Parts: sequence; structure tokens; C-alpha cells
Amino acid sequence: MTAAGGAGTGRPGARRDQGRWLIRGARPLGGRPADIMIDGGRIVAVTESGRDRRDQGPGGRDDGNIRDQDPDGQVTVLEAGHLIALPGLVDLHTHLREPGREDAETVASGTAAAALGGYTAVHAMANTDPVADTAGVVEQVWRLGRQAGHCDVRPVGAVTAGLAGSQLAELGAMADSAARVRVFSDDGRCVSDATLMRRALEYVKAFDGVVAQHAQEPRLTAGAQLNEGVMSARLGLTGWPAVAEEAIIARDCLLAAHVGSAMHICHVSTAGSVEIIRWAKAKGWRVTAEVTPHHLLLTDELAAGYDPVFKVNPPLRTAADVAALRAGLADGTIDCVATDHAPHPAESKETEWAQASFGMTGLETALRVVHEAMVNTGLLDWSGVADRMSVRPAAIGRIGALAGGPDAISHGCPIAPGSPANLVLYDPEPITTVDPAAQASRSHNTPFAGMKLPGQVIATFLRGTPTVLDGRLTG
Amino acid sequence: MNRHLISAADLSLDDAVAILDTAEEFATLAERPIPKLPTLRGRTVVNLFYEDSTRTRISFEAAAKRLSADVINFSAKGSSVAKGESLKDTALTLQAMGADAVVIRHGSSGAPHRLAGWVRGSVVNAGDGTHEHPTQALLDAFTMRRRLGRLDGLRVTIVGDILHSRVARSNVWLLRTLGAQVTLVAPPTLLPVAVDGWPAAVSYDFSSVLPDSDVVMMLRVQHERMSDAYFPSVREYSRRYGLDGDRMALLPDHAIVMHPGPMNRGVEIAADVADSPRSTIVEQVTNGVSVRMAVLYLLLSGSREPAEPAVATTGGLAPAGERAMSAAAAEAGL
Amino acid sequence: MAGISETAGPAPARTGSKSVLGPEEIRRALTRIGHEILERTDGAGDVVLLGIPTRGVPLAQRLAARLEQTEGVRIPVGSLDITLYRDDLRLRPARTLGHTEVPGSGIDGMVVVLVDDVLYSGRTVRAALDALGDLGRPRAVQLAVLVDRGHRELPIRPDYVGKNLPTSKREVVRVLLTETDGEDSVTLQVGPEEGR
Ligand SMILES: [Zn+2]
Repeated sequence: MTAAGGAGTGRPGARRDQGRWLIRGARPLGGRPADIMIDGGRIVAVTESGRDRRDQGPGGRDDGNIRDQDPDGQVTVLEAGHLIALPGLVDLHTHLREPGREDAETVASGTAAAALGGYTAVHAMANTDPVADTAGVVEQVWRLGRQAGHCDVRPVGAVTAGLAGSQLAELGAMADSAARVRVFSDDGRCVSDATLMRRALEYVKAFDGVVAQHAQEPRLTAGAQLNEGVMSARLGLTGWPAVAEEAIIARDCLLAAHVGSAMHICHVSTAGSVEIIRWAKAKGWRVTAEVTPHHLLLTDELAAGYDPVFKVNPPLRTAADVAALRAGLADGTIDCVATDHAPHPAESKETEWAQASFGMTGLETALRVVHEAMVNTGLLDWSGVADRMSVRPAAIGRIGALAGGPDAISHGCPIAPGSPANLVLYDPEPITTVDPAAQASRSHNTPFAGMKLPGQVIATFLRGTPTVLDGRLTG
Repeated sequence: MNRHLISAADLSLDDAVAILDTAEEFATLAERPIPKLPTLRGRTVVNLFYEDSTRTRISFEAAAKRLSADVINFSAKGSSVAKGESLKDTALTLQAMGADAVVIRHGSSGAPHRLAGWVRGSVVNAGDGTHEHPTQALLDAFTMRRRLGRLDGLRVTIVGDILHSRVARSNVWLLRTLGAQVTLVAPPTLLPVAVDGWPAAVSYDFSSVLPDSDVVMMLRVQHERMSDAYFPSVREYSRRYGLDGDRMALLPDHAIVMHPGPMNRGVEIAADVADSPRSTIVEQVTNGVSVRMAVLYLLLSGSREPAEPAVATTGGLAPAGERAMSAAAAEAGL
Repeated sequence: MAGISETAGPAPARTGSKSVLGPEEIRRALTRIGHEILERTDGAGDVVLLGIPTRGVPLAQRLAARLEQTEGVRIPVGSLDITLYRDDLRLRPARTLGHTEVPGSGIDGMVVVLVDDVLYSGRTVRAALDALGDLGRPRAVQLAVLVDRGHRELPIRPDYVGKNLPTSKREVVRVLLTETDGEDSVTLQVGPEEGR
């Protein structure tokens, strides 16, 4: 997609201000082709395209070419005849590593990766150095995100000071800060102390917060390396039992119910966890859950070669778990997909398995993996993808369509007049091999390297401004 | 593909038998006036030991030297490794030194797999974490075959900390390949949860399986397992899973008692059992050298890129060539 | 076994192969070699025959049997595998080891007659001499071969020859023996490529 030479509008490549855009012939949520008009950062009109629109462009197919149409150059037209339009994706679980590990990722590089993956908002996890456990640190991260401008950065505050698991962090101060923190998590570590977890769940009710639990019973996972089962037994890697996750989820569902609080469960990875969450939801308890793209596609058998690119917390599980996670995401038991994008420098992975860091990158492949694991299997349609990757995570992060207030930033809104123009245009047709070197993340630890995945993000709009055009960053 | 011995599970029946047969020849050579052979003259074998294991290192060293290879001992202690050099950087150093084979002992499961991706020479696993110790299993099988004349159908009982034992893992896979029937005996805490998928029977009742055992292999018990609550006390462990004279009396007359060493006398094995004629513990050490000679010979003969296309070979099968010994699983990732 | 090309691998096409020795000729050749050994060693009183695997071993056994049958002389027979002494180990896939078995008499002070099927480059014999050196110290070492096909690459000569056979390097000498191959024959054929 290239701009038709210098006809009045700014070139892609230079960040455009909120201009007027006509996205022509895109299919909102994979439905009928429509023309989407954007003005002033909002969607102002969505009209069904004429039938002939499908035949635009060379080869009888639009290529997402931008053409200046309006003689005065005020409207940039983007021919999007075969692209799927989704509300901009929202990630509830991103490790941006800044401050502290800028060698692995920065807010700028991580949010660039996010934009390229179709995201317009990410929640930056608190396990940085220093830990995001004060208003000062969360505001710093939030400001870095605003400077980079690739997507909205919503800092997650630590539940306990220093992630030490012994004393509550200043949750209220973080909530009241400019970063307006609503999601709190010690992710990377489990809030394993039941009383502390209870207190956190209760405390955040005062500002409509939610505690996101990294469910991992520490004593059951001392030294754990790989899902406990056939592979761990064979490979001689210390087993990571499913029950270590399930026991905490069960406990915390009961705690959340007891105190009437909202709880979110990070990266659900086992079939048993899905069952427990299904049961808790049936009770009407305020429990939400996420699943990562890698747990939807990969299994522990990949550890056979001891390549730590497949080492992650929680670990890759079995094919039966993958099937249960997909089913849980399809039926809504699991609310959303969250990447747990966890960049690590090469030296953290070019080691023995046990010495390697846990984690995988995921922002730039998430939509493609969900396409492969959920859409190509018939488990979700594109409307379902929009729900699980944008609408629901936005709601859990308290930045959804219903989040009120004059300063509220809204994501996961319908593709309809009045909504903020947060959009991703996705070409479902190409099938290409994942090349880590071509990614914007500073780290290359993607487990999908060398895999063929469908689809490509063509453009991402953040409040009417394209952050990605033609599959490339605009700024 | 690379030519490595990383997992006993990678050995086909032909590979395994070729190693044992070759070891048999080397065992007879050991009795000659000059037990040294020129076979690996000019080849370099590096012993890369991240764990102290003098007996295993000496065994490999003796094997390599009897084949006239140059041996470099690279101990992690006091070297750049101790100063935090990564395995990869060490591998690149060994590569630059022209190592034809690297014998690696490492505390982390899978370290030999990783090493094989970073060096061109052959990698021989001399024990990795709680994963495998394939040459130990080969020398055990060799010892069984010498003592009992066969492996096919042999009833082998392995007793002890199966969960953490690389010796047990390698033995289970190798003995399966060789046609033996394996029974694992351990407290349930020291068995992998997925042990039902292994080609082995499981029993918690040691005494009951002894009358039907041709071989009893006792594994070393680590004292730290007790502090992790795997069993209540060494005394209780010894009573339920130790091999003493009374239990030994339950064995058939021909049965042998094995132990990979080093032993905890009085814990998993009583002193009079260890010193009885049934015990093969000293032979195992001797046989270790022959088996490791066989492994080094079979891995290091021939070159990666043959200087000329293979012409007709002499009658019979060339054993354990490159493809056969390769660790297929090692590079099976995406 | 002096070189790959003269051993019986997977049979090349029989077309173009020329019979060199038949069963009867092989028998006669061995008889003659046996007599020569007796003559040259003063009755073979301190001779040990060591066959080089694969086909040198049955040849040595036949020689011994013939001498015992016809002359009533019992000569110790053994085998000497030279695989571990080869100079081309780096170049070829690992080989199964043949068996080395020294008769009870030992070889110290004895006259060792090495027996092989074909003499070609001489490298096998060189390896055999090295192997012998590690086993003991014979008084003398001699060499008996069924066929000498020429093209020596080392200063080695046979003491007893069944048949001298001028060949080109492209040709392959195939020796088949009943014990190893089910029939007795020596044929000459044009090989696909020159072996070593
Ligand atoms: Zn986590």
C-alpha cells in the first residue's frame, strides 16, 4: 500500500494527524463490505459498499491502496476491499520491560510491535525494575507510552510492594495517578498468601479495580520446568503440575465470591482451570480469564529438543489442554486472548533449558495465531475474534465502550458512528512464515519462528491516526 | 545429521547390539600385553564436566586414551565456566580447538542437546541432569549380557529414585529396545506421574518381585530427597526399598545385583550384598571402559563428509553410522 | 581385504565378469601354498596361520586342514582383525570389528603366516603388521594370498601366491568362498569406479 504520489496529503511514513479517512470496502467483523469514514479521531459514517466495490483495483481486487480522492486532498481513501476490519485489539498482558530491561524491550519498541500486531491498547505488566508499585513508576510508563504514540499504554500496578508478596502496594495512589491504574497484578509471581489476596480483592473495589492473578502455587512448582506429564518424565525436566495452577484458581474464585470482588485470571493453561472457571461463572461470580495465543496452538512436545524458546510460564501443556482452552475461549468461559508478550535477549534463551528465562514474544503474531487456532478451526468467527481480542479485554481493563468520564479512553467499541476510530485492517489471505528478525520487538524469542501462519495486519488506526499502514509502522 | 550419543532412546536395536558387540572385542583387547590401539590417533576428545564425577570422567578418559585419542579435560571448576561463561561460548571455544568429540556431564537436563547444536563434533552424553546417562545403560546391558548370556526376555528390576535417575531413564529405554522386561520399584513419590506410559511395570513391593528377577539394579539414594519429603527417613527407605541379605535370598540362583555407583552401603544396598558373588559392581566399572571405547570408536570413525562416495563395503552391515546414532529428537523443533 | 574394490560387496552386474579361478583351481592353489609353507619353514613346526577377516580366515583354516590331512602336520590357526589399525578410518563409516583370536601357542618366537584373499595396495598388510606388533614378537612374518592383483602402494610383497593376476585399477576382483558366500570362485569384473 503506497500513497498515490504527493497529491496533497502527508505521506505515510510521517505520522499523520487526525485527518479524514475513507476506508473503502472493508468488511467490519468479517461481514458485508462497508465504507468507513473517519474524521476527527472518530468513526463518522459506516455505509454498506456497492456491490461493484469488490471489483475495484488491478486484478479485480483491492490492494489497500491509498488514493487521494477528494480534490482538496482532505480525505485519504484506503481501498480495503478484501480486508477485515476489527476494533483495535487490546492486550491485557504485555511485558514492556521498561524501566530496567531496555535491552529486551522498551515501551517504544514493545508498543511498535503491538501496533504491528493490530493492537491499540496494551496493559504493561508491573514486573519491571523498579517494580511498578508506586504512582511514580506507573506514570513514567504511561508517559513513555504517550511519547511513543504507537498505542495506548495502560500500566498495571503491582499488588504487593516490590512483588514481594508480603505487603500491599499503594493501590489507591496508582489508581488516582495520571495513569489511572485499574488492573493490579504481581504477574510473574503468584499472590500465594490467601489473606493478602483476599485483602487485595477487597481493597480495589473502592476504585473499580481488578486483581489479575498469576495462578501458580509456589511450593508445587519449586524448580518446575515443564508441564508435568509424559514429556517432563521423559525429558527429565522438573514437572509443573496442572494442579499448581488449578488449586490457586479454585481458591481465588472462592475468595472473590466471598468478598464480592472482581478477579481476573492470567494465562489459563489447563483443561482443569477451564472447568473451574466455567463452574465459577455458572455461579454468577465476577471472574474473568485470559488465554495466551501460544497456549492455544503449542504443546509441551515442542520441548523435546530442549530449545528454551518453548520455555514459558505457565508451561506449554498437552493437546488435550489446548483443545479445552480453545473450547473455553469459544464458549466464553475464557473471556479473552492476552499475549503475555515476554521479550528476552538472546543470551537468556541461548542456554541450557533450566537456566533459560521463561517467556515468549507474542504481540506481532497474536491475531494470526488466533486466526489459525480459532477461526480456521471454525470455533470463532471474526465477530467472536473482535469480542475476545478487543471488546472483552477492554471491558476487563476498564477501558471498554462503557467506561465513562470525559477523559476516558475507550477501546473495544463497535465499528459504528460515534466510536473512537480504533481499528485494525487485516488481510486473512496470505500465509507466510514467521521471521523473528523481521519483527519490531527488540527480542526474537518467538516460538512461532519458522511456522507458517495465516493473515497479515495491513493497517492499525489509533483514534483516527494510522500507526501502521501497508503492514509497516507509520512513525 | 550430527553424530551423537545423547539418549539411549535414540538407539535402534542394531545400533545397540553393534555397540555391545564392539565392546566385546574391546574387552578381549584389554587383556593383551599392549592394550592401546592406534585407532583414534590424531582425534581430540574433550571431557567437559560441569559436575564432579571422577569415576565417569576417568572411564571416558581411559577409553579415549586406549584408542590413542588426545584427551582434554575441561572441568567447570576453576575455569572460565566458573566465571560465568555460557555453555554456548564454551562450545564455540571447543569448536575452535577442533574437538572431534565432546563428552559432556552437566547438571541440566538437555544440555547435550543444546551443545550438539553449537559444535560440529560428536556429542556424547555422560549424564545430563535428571535426563539420561546412555553409556551407563550400555555398560549395564553389556554386563548383563556377559553374565547371563542374553538380554532378550531378561527380567530386570530397577529400584530406587526413578524420578530423578538418569541411569533409570536410559536403562528403561535401552532395555526396552533390547527386549528385556523392566520392573520399576520405588516409593510412589519417587516415580514420575506419567510412569504408566513407560515401557515398564511398576511395583511398590520390592520383596514380591525378587523371585522373578534375573537382574536387580539398585539406584543411589540422595539424602536431600528426605528433606523434600519424598520419604520419611533413611531408615524407613532402607527397610522398604533396600537390598539386604534376606531380600537377596529371594532371588533366583542365577540372578545378579547391579549398582551404578557410588553406593550408599547400608542404605539402598547392604555391605554383604555389595560384596557378594552376585554383585557385578566392580565388573561394571571395568566394562564401562570397553563400552565407552566402542561408543567413541563408532562415533569417531568415518567423517562427516566422506572424502569419496561410499563404494561397496565389505560384507555385513556397517554399524551405527551417522544416521543411526543421530539424536533425531534433538533438532526436531520447528 | 587389501582394498575395498576387491571384496565382494553387493554383487555388481555379472555381465562383463570373467572367471579367474574355479573351485578346483582354488583347491589346487591352496594345496600348492601349503606345500610351499612346509618347504620354506622346515616342516612348519613353529608356524602360526593368522587369517585376516573376512575371507582370509576360512582360507587359513583350509590351509591348516589341508596340511593336517595330507601331511599330518597340525598348525595353529587364528584370526587377526585389522580394522582398528586401518589408515582410512576417518574416511569411511564405522565398521563392525572382526574377531581377533590368537591360538594358545601365542605368536612370540613363532613364524606367523598372514593369510588373506587378495593383495592389492598392501595397506591391509601394513595394518596387520601393526596389529601383530601389539600382540607380541614373532620370529618372522610371512604373507600368503590367494590372488595378487598388483598395484602396490607400499613396499610389501607376498611370500605365497595362489595366482598372480594382472589387473587395471578399474577392475574388481571378487573372491567368493563357500564358508562366507556359499560358493568358491574368483572373478574379475569392470567396476563402476576405481576403489581405493
Ligand atoms: Zn504470568
